[in-house]
Order: sequence, then C-alpha cells, then structure tokens
Amino acid sequence: MTDADPRQAYVDDFSKFEREAPGADLPWLRDLRRSAMARFRDRGFPTLKEEEWKYTSVAPIARTTFRRAPAASDGVAREDVERIAFHGFRGHQLVFVNGRLDPHLSGVGALPEGVQIRRLEEALEGDPALVERHLARHAAFDRQPFAALNTAFWEDGAFVHVPKGVAVPEPIHLVFLSKPQHEPTVVHARNLILIDEGAVAIVVESYAGWGDGLYFTNPVTEVVVGDEAVFNHYKLQRESEKAFHIGVLQILQGRASNVTDNSLALGGGLVRNDVNTWFADEGGELNLDGLYVVGGRQHVDNHTRIDHAKPHCTSFELYKGILDGHGRAVFYGNIVVHKDAQKTNAMQTNKNLLLSRDALVDSIPGLQILANDVKCRHGSSIGHMDEEQVFYLRSRGLDEETARSLLTYGFAAEVVNRVRVLPLRAALGAWILSRLPASAAVSDAVREGL
Amino acid sequence: MAAPMLEIRDVHASVGDKPILKGVDLVANAGEVHAIMGPNGSGKSTLANVLAGRPNFTVTQGQVHYMGRNLLAMKPEDRAREGVFMAFQYPVEIPGVNNAYFLKSALNAMRRYRGEEELDAIEFLSLIEEKLKLLGLDESFTKRGLNEGFSGGEKKRNEIFQLLVLQPKLAILDETDSGLDIDALKIVANGVNMMRSPERTTLLVTHYQRILNYIQPDVVHVLVDGRIVKSGGNELAHELEKHGYAQFEAAAKVA
Repeated sequence: MTDADPRQAYVDDFSKFEREAPGADLPWLRDLRRSAMARFRDRGFPTLKEEEWKYTSVAPIARTTFRRAPAASDGVAREDVERIAFHGFRGHQLVFVNGRLDPHLSGVGALPEGVQIRRLEEALEGDPALVERHLARHAAFDRQPFAALNTAFWEDGAFVHVPKGVAVPEPIHLVFLSKPQHEPTVVHARNLILIDEGAVAIVVESYAGWGDGLYFTNPVTEVVVGDEAVFNHYKLQRESEKAFHIGVLQILQGRASNVTDNSLALGGGLVRNDVNTWFADEGGELNLDGLYVVGGRQHVDNHTRIDHAKPHCTSFELYKGILDGHGRAVFYGNIVVHKDAQKTNAMQTNKNLLLSRDALVDSIPGLQILANDVKCRHGSSIGHMDEEQVFYLRSRGLDEETARSLLTYGFAAEVVNRVRVLPLRAALGAWILSRLPASAAVSDAVREGL
Repeated sequence: MAAPMLEIRDVHASVGDKPILKGVDLVANAGEVHAIMGPNGSGKSTLANVLAGRPNFTVTQGQVHYMGRNLLAMKPEDRAREGVFMAFQYPVEIPGVNNAYFLKSALNAMRRYRGEEELDAIEFLSLIEEKLKLLGLDESFTKRGLNEGFSGGEKKRNEIFQLLVLQPKLAILDETDSGLDIDALKIVANGVNMMRSPERTTLLVTHYQRILNYIQPDVVHVLVDGRIVKSGGNELAHELEKHGYAQFEAAAKVA
C-alpha cells in the first residue's frame, strides 16, 4: 500500500484511534475493531466493477481525506435542531452533534421499567455482555466495506433496549446532526436497537447537516427484533447538498415479529442506503417502504436485501422515487427465498417518476427463489408524468403547474401516508410541498381535515 | 340577441396525424340538450375532446365559439373556469390525490377566477352532502383517492358528482352511459336532468338511444364519418334504435 492509496489514511488514523476509542480496554471490542480494520485494509473501497456497486462510484469519498469530526466548537442551539428536526414531535430524543451526544438538546422522558435509551458508549460500560452479544454480529463487515470502516472507527451512537413484553408508546427519535468544519469531516455513528420478545417500539433516525461544507456520514444501525415483537423504524435523511451519506441498516426478525421500515431519502450529494433484513424464524412480517426525492446533481442509491430464511414469512416492499434536474437514482432490490422457506409471500415494487429529461434511474429488482412453494412478485417502472392525468386535472380548472405539482405530490403520497408518526408525516408532506412549484395550490388540494 | 352557447363551424380535427372530424357544424343555445349519436369511430368522442381542449387533438380547420368567444384559443383550464365541463368516457385514476380535497380546490380555482368568494371546508361539505345522496354515494367516497380503485360505475357517477358541484354552463358528456347498468343509468340521468336550466346547455355524446329514455333531448344529431349527416328531434333517436346507423353510413359513403 502506498501513501497515495486511499486506505492509508484510515490505517494510520486507526493506530492512534484504537488507543482512545470507546471500550479500548475491552479485549473483544479491540479485536472486533482490529478485524474490521484489517478487513477494510484488505478489501479497500468498492469499485464500479463490483455488482453491488455497479451504478454508484464512491471515488469522491475515497479521494477525500476526512478527519474524524471534532465536537462542534460553537455549540448548537435548540432552534437549529428544531429547524432541522420536525415540529410537534413528542417522544424521547437523543441528539448527536458531530457524532457526540448533546445532553442539553436531548430529552428522554419517563420510561417503562427496564427500557434503556442511551449512548452506546454508556451501554458498553453498563451492560457490556449484552452489547458484545450483538454488536457487529448482524451487519456483516466482511461483505460491506463501509460497515467495516464504521465498526473500526465508531465513537458513539444510540443504544435502545426494550425488554420482553414492554411497549414504549412514544417514538424514539435519534437525531444525527453534522456541522462541518473547514476541512472535510466524517462521523461513523453506530446504533444498536434491541426489541425483545413481545415488545413494541417506534424509532426514527434523522440525519441532517448545515451549510455547504463537505462531510461524510457513515452510520450503521443494527436491530434485533424478538419473537412476536412489533417494531416501526423510520430513517429521515436530509443531509446537506454536498454531503456523503453511506448507511447500513441491518434488521434481524424473530418468530411472528412485525417490522415496518420507511426510508426517506431527501438530501445528500452522494447517498447510498443498504437495508438488509433477515427472517430468522417463521411467521414474520415486513413492510419495507422507501421514498427518494432526487434533484440537482444528487445521486441516491437504495440497496435492499430481504432474506426469507424461514417459511411462512411475508414481505411487502415499495420504493418510490421522484427525480428532477440531473438527479440520478439507483434501486437494487434483492429478495432471497432460501431452500426451506416454503409459503413465502413476497412482493417488491419500485416506481420512478422522472420530471426532467436529464434525470436517470437504474432500477434492478430481483428475486432469487430456491424454495418451490412460494408467492413472489416484483415490478419496476420508470416514467414521465402521465399526460392523461395532467389533462384530467386541467379540464377541472387547475392550471398546468398546479396539475403537475399535485400529481407529483400524489405520487409521493402513497409512501408518505404510510408514515404512522404523524408529526413526521406532516413534516415530510410539508417538505415535499415546499419543493413543488405550485405548493400553495397543492397544499389546498391535499390538506387533511378538509 | 345573445350569441349561442356553442357554435361549431366547419370543424376539421385530427388525432395525431389521422383526420377524424371532416367538417362539423352545430349550434346549441342556452337551455338546450343536444344528443350526438353515431357509430363507433364516427368522431363523437373526438368532438367532445376537441371542445374540452385535449392535447394532440388538433383542429385543422373551422371555428368554435362559446358564448361568442373563440373557444379553441383557450387553454383547457380556462375553458373549465369559463364553464365548460366534459365528463370523461374513461376518467383517469389519480392515486394519492383525495377525491374531495381535489374537487374543493377545483371549485375554488373556478370561484377565484370568477371573482367569487372561496368556499371553506364547512360550506363545501354542506354543498356536497346532498349531491352525494342524490347519486347514491356514501361519505366514504369523498375520502378515497381520485377515482382510485373505483368501479366503472363509480367513476361515471363521480363525473356526474363533479358536474353537479362545479355547475358548468356547457356540460359535455362523453359516453357517460356506456357500461352502466340500468340503476346507475337512471342515477346519472337524474343528475343530468337536475342540471337542466335555461342558462345551461348539455351535449350528450352517446352510442345508444337507451339514455334518451331518461333524458329528453331537444335536438338529436347523427354523426357519421366526421360529419353531422342528420339532425332532428327525439324521434330520430328512436329511428336509430330501430334501424341502426347502416342507412347513414351507406349515405356517408356515397357522399
């Protein structure tokens, strides 16, 4: 490896970092970080030659030297957070600024007995055995180079544990804000979410940034959902326009568990989301939804993989994209039905609405079916606006701009309306409206509560 | 004397490159109901869509005046705001756009255009309540996406619902009766009859005489091969019912 090799800076930094890293005194964690670093060093950044990275070049990330983000020196005001987060939110909130928990901006209310919502580093001190049992055991860093970097370099993140049979009714909001400095910075946020047997929880992850500085957010979230547990997860990504965001979400589902995940990618310059779910036992149900709104020169790549490893599980997947300007999106869906996973019911849909001539989408839906008694379907569409619909609305007195804006909103609404955290749904709806040319007229036409 | 509601003079129109209308003349006054009948492919729907301003339906010759104004120069939305309404033969489904919110904003767009006060939610709800009842639609109808997952009959009833709410001056019904069972047909006809007034004009485009048992037209036109070949009273519709379009098609070929 030469100095020009993009891996070198990470290797050099690691030898310093590992001595001061959280849990540096825990041998298992030290070994874990070292093996992740070794894996990254051997493998390096992915290239376009790899099937999984065929449509997304990470060269801009590889050629940039990022510093681990320092604490934001001038602090962050509550108004800044409110501007970036969403209004009317009631629930528990952990706010991380440049990767560090800001206790003043965070607030965790009264919780049922045994529930933990805290920093991962704290959990490492409080319950190291539980963390050891799960950390990096699910999000495979041997196959995912950015997960390897995260595993080597993570400094903090959220730890959520809801014990057996407990329901946390209020949503748990994990906010990750980046306040870039003069030089490019990186945050490897690491979250571990454990929803035990029969427990119920809602988690919203929000990512956002300020200004036009260059930064890189490389989060990994691992979720273990126990038997008969119910888990709703949302990821709201509104990074600033120059940001790199490469995220991995790994969900493991127990018997007869019910999971919904909704990935809302609205910001960022170069974005890659990997969502991997694994049915580890029978009878699980998964709703995997996504919405990406891509404009300017943004590039957003959603990779999903659902492993039906056991029989009698159901997955419904719907990803929708709206593209404008020179926006570029990738949808790569893979549903793997293992040999013994009989009676699998899986449906995968990807729909893309192109608003400009220069926008581009690569949609690669996929099914790999090794069982013989299953019901699986997939579909993909990429298209411009339906002129029949435009004419219909105009013939009812709506001007053309309003008609087109309303149809764009309607396209997104299918995913937006699935968001069950109402302040989040409202914020998402408002954000989409604000992007439409005829936002006032459309707002009138879609406003709830007639 | 006031200008006629609608005055179509020698209209030739093409869909894409294909000429469909080959010289249509028609005058309809306020207060009248005109039925336009004809075999498949005669140009009935093309005429309706030309009046509504559908893109790709190009008028190559002739003129259309609506209350004395050049209709063809107006954008589709301006025609709607000026009081022209077409009930679509195939209403499109628009998922994600609520049926009632949409109609409220359409109505308010028109009211704004006419310099009238916009309706608030309560006024709008009371306006639509009785109209829904009349059409045999329950309240859940307003909560669904625009035509989303509606049956064929529901879509047609929704068109008539919009007609009753928007109260146009010139209503064009493009084969609204096709595919309806007898009960739905009566409901639709009832809605159209309610709209009859000395200030309004209705153009009823249809293939079948059946709906004319419930809506009495003042004038019946027979459109064959892009031209109106005969106009008359309601008895003309009965004649068509008995003998079909064959005699007119033969005549059109000779001409």
